[in-house]
Amino acid sequence: MSKPADVADGQQAASTTVRPLRIALIGNPNSGKTSLFNQLTGLNQKVGNFPGVTVDRKTGVAQLTATQRAEIIDLPGTYSLYPKSLDEKVITDLLYDKGADNYPDFVVVTVDANNLRRSLLLFTQLGDLGLPAVLALNMMDVAERHGVNIDLPELERELGVPIIPMNARKGIGVAALKIVMAQRLDTPPVRFWEPDEQMLPLVRQIRYYFNLHNDYLALHYAQQFRQIGFLSADEKTHIQELTQKYAFDATAQQAAETIGRYARINEILLETVTVTRTEQHEPVSNRIDKVLTHRVGGYLIFLSILFLLFQAIFAWAQYPMDWIDQGISGLSAVIQENFHGPLIRLLTEGVLAGLGGVLIFIPQIALLFGFLAVLEETGYMARVTFLMDKLMRPFGLSGKSVVPLISGLACAVPAIMGARTIESWKDRMITIFVTPLMSCSARIPVYTVLVALVVPDEAAWGIFNLRGVALMSLYLLGLFSALGSAWVLKKVLKARERSYFIMEFPVYQWPRWKNVGLTIYQKVQAFVLQAGKVIVAISVLLWVLASYGPGQRQEAAVSQLIMRQNIGFNSPGGVAEFYKQHPDYKANLDRQVASARLENSYAGVFGHLIEPAIRPLGYDWKIGIALLTSFAAREVFVGTISTIYSVGQDADMGTLQQKLSAERDANGQPFFTPARAFSLLVFYVFAMQCMSTLAVTYRETKSIRWPLAQLIYMTGLAYAAAFMVYQALT
Amino acid sequence: MFVFFLNKLFLPVALFRRTSQPAVAVTTRRTAKDLRLGETGTICCLEDPEMALKLLEMGCIPGVKVRLSGRAPLGDPLMLVLGDQEYTLSVRASEAATIMLKE
Repeated sequence: MSKPADVADGQQAASTTVRPLRIALIGNPNSGKTSLFNQLTGLNQKVGNFPGVTVDRKTGVAQLTATQRAEIIDLPGTYSLYPKSLDEKVITDLLYDKGADNYPDFVVVTVDANNLRRSLLLFTQLGDLGLPAVLALNMMDVAERHGVNIDLPELERELGVPIIPMNARKGIGVAALKIVMAQRLDTPPVRFWEPDEQMLPLVRQIRYYFNLHNDYLALHYAQQFRQIGFLSADEKTHIQELTQKYAFDATAQQAAETIGRYARINEILLETVTVTRTEQHEPVSNRIDKVLTHRVGGYLIFLSILFLLFQAIFAWAQYPMDWIDQGISGLSAVIQENFHGPLIRLLTEGVLAGLGGVLIFIPQIALLFGFLAVLEETGYMARVTFLMDKLMRPFGLSGKSVVPLISGLACAVPAIMGARTIESWKDRMITIFVTPLMSCSARIPVYTVLVALVVPDEAAWGIFNLRGVALMSLYLLGLFSALGSAWVLKKVLKARERSYFIMEFPVYQWPRWKNVGLTIYQKVQAFVLQAGKVIVAISVLLWVLASYGPGQRQEAAVSQLIMRQNIGFNSPGGVAEFYKQHPDYKANLDRQVASARLENSYAGVFGHLIEPAIRPLGYDWKIGIALLTSFAAREVFVGTISTIYSVGQDADMGTLQQKLSAERDANGQPFFTPARAFSLLVFYVFAMQCMSTLAVTYRETKSIRWPLAQLIYMTGLAYAAAFMVYQALT
Repeated sequence: MFVFFLNKLFLPVALFRRTSQPAVAVTTRRTAKDLRLGETGTICCLEDPEMALKLLEMGCIPGVKVRLSGRAPLGDPLMLVLGDQEYTLSVRASEAATIMLKE
């Protein structure tokens, strides 16, 4: 048990306690909470999970004074303590259980000075729970511009907590906040709202049964017992019986509380806030909205932003990607020139090849998440939601599905987690189910390699690049399949509750580059550490599988081949002398030996095994291997293909592109015909080939049926589509 | 031509609605959904209890002024500006229809 009272007994004790202060950061969405969190913690952040649920739990360490540190928990944005979505439930789980390990010592409430009335609703609820609090009065600069004058000493008296005026974006007031945070804070003395007399019998019974420290917390138990994670089934039944006994009407009670609180807040604001608006001009945001949500212009602007996004991912990212590619192959060549042996081959063909496959992604991931972060930061993302809602609804999706779907272009894993903001169960399930159909960045390498192989690098209609058109078509194919599948699901699924679309429009503002930078850093780091590990491991495993075979099979195949080649071969000076005189013959034999070894390796055996099933799609056993390994992560396809084709081949063979073009079928024709390549491309658009996505779907839906349905549906779709494409093109 | 046909189709429906439910027609009050672009009304009450909880939290409190500042290009959702503090909510037309206005 770590009750706050035991921990920090006066400031002196606080600086010498075993564990640092634990402070929760809470506030309305768009109240500058994230900015403040970044200001307080800088790069000392880590992203974890809340127990039981999978909302990102961002924690960080803030250096309050020279000797004192505090652990800061960043809670999701919320308007009240009555959760409407899973995101917000995390907050109540944390604040209801005073005995819990991570119960905060106090909370920092971020409040938008321009929206005091609404922001104070949450604050008064927290105050009535008896949580020690500091009020970070944010966006003071904007409030001053709007002519809002706040009598801070009076407001402090009314609210009973320290108030720090600040501008979190610019870091103004952070130092003052740290000083206050370093002090020991008491339970605020002011009560803003008390449950009605009629409620008291119920409230008191719950309060004494659970030994709670105040009435208001007991009322929350009565309201939300079904969702409180730490209550046992018996305890829930007990509360349910009590609420039935006293005919507790949760909705009416909650409405009465909210109205009661607003009445009290109005009284407080009358005393403390005066608005002297000199001129009544239309806010800039509204004028920007007139353009950005215009009936024609709005969509055009959104489309051009998307186009810019694709341009960035495919064109701009190409330069750093080429550098990484050349750097890795250069390094690999240098190592192979100077050292020899099986370990060196493992290093260059296994580890380095896999590492290259990870690093090459970084430019695209950074650009995509940078873009998304800027759109989010400026407030434009909310307008996208607004623009798209009506369009998405026929498909059973809501405007809020647009952000997960667009994020799905980067990676389905965070995108599916992003669907948590959708309150309606049905909308959310549909969004989760179809998001993996959006072409994620892991498919980019597959697309790029195959498109470059069969589509000429020429201009079409003057402006467009043919390869660009092909890529765009693949993305559109993914998008339309996602929408179509959503429509089907909408017909199949039954709604559990109504869907909401009430959302606040954040005011337009310049992005905070520090926040954008942090987002990029965190996403890239997560990718390199999580996906990267799998990719390198698979790459090494593949190298082993492709280099060694069962028993003496490889050796037998090779000696048989050599024997066949050397039949009737009788040269003076022996075999070695002959090879020296006929280098072409030697090179040809070497390739055949390598090919025979690979075909008889473990990987080859595996590929042969599934070849009958994939032959109708135009694939051979080599692609079969790649399809299977892709299940770890799609981008492994490229690693696999390059490992498969590089094993045993000349090291200076060059890039993967050339290797694939050089591949010949049994008749000596190029293996990667347009039919094969397009069949593969379509397969990769649809197929569910990602363990991480299935795992996250399972965690988010809490049911094995959803990931299973995703796997069967998407892979079936992929097989059917690839079959049709291949048969149509040959 | 086509529009004319549609009119004929819907006219009887509209009449039927009005005649069959006179009580509704009489007591029907304006809602935030019925505001004209740029028009301001005052919130009187919230009709739908469940929706009301969410709306209240977001600041749609009886007595607060509400202005229709915009519609999404397809007519839905709506952009409502609340109170003097000028912050903007986005709500679907069906949700705005639960916000009753004072006459």
